[in-house]
Amino acid sequence: MRGDHPAGAMPANRGARHADKGDLHGITVVVDTAGAEVYIGRFFEQRGDGIVLLDVACHRDGANGVSKEQYVDTAARYGQWKEHERVVVPLPEVRSVTRLADVRS
Amino acid sequence: MPYDPVLVQPMRDELTAVGVEELETADAVDQFLADKSGSAMIVINSVCGCAAGSARPGVRLALRHDVTPDRVATVFAGQDLDATAKVRSYFAHIPPSSPSVALFRGGELVFMYPRHQIEGRHPQSIAADLTEAFDEHLAN
Repeated sequence: MRGDHPAGAMPANRGARHADKGDLHGITVVVDTAGAEVYIGRFFEQRGDGIVLLDVACHRDGANGVSKEQYVDTAARYGQWKEHERVVVPLPEVRSVTRLADVRS
Repeated sequence: MPYDPVLVQPMRDELTAVGVEELETADAVDQFLADKSGSAMIVINSVCGCAAGSARPGVRLALRHDVTPDRVATVFAGQDLDATAKVRSYFAHIPPSSPSVALFRGGELVFMYPRHQIEGRHPQSIAADLTEAFDEHLAN
């Protein structure tokens, strides 16, 4: 049931969207890194220097006794608390990009 | 800064056209939720094309289901700021997102459908999720 991306036959009042930014534009994603940090935010675009996220939460593995996995699982249920307006995650640090909706807690 | 009201009006109309009550003030939200009998649903509408463009028709489809909330209302995030903040104060432990859908029964929040579960999905899938929630939380 998840993951169906609307390609056509959409209603007239779709609202603001920027098709040139790619399929993930506007989608809430989990950007895991090779380091201790994991980021959750709305994917804006991928540039040469990194992935640009908006309305971003960041968690460091083990902070407050919470692992990355536990943090992501909680966010998958309710969403993320915005901590940063905009974050650029450097591409060399990115281990994976996953839609938050595809995370199963 | 809020969008031009003229541009937003069709997005409001898409819900009000099927009988969804529009709440434009914090007082209106309080009055709507003060009635704790039965069930109520509030749709937090938005201009976001990645999610709200499918959420609105998804809600419309869901409201054709056999089991539906007794009362349905909407606020518009980014437009009706006080009303939206008031709605969110009823589930302040949940990160704010829009569009999103909150389902109440007996005055208690029983289901929350946040933005990230709506993004990029087809209206029929959204309607399926909502009707599943209606069946689970409102049927008995």
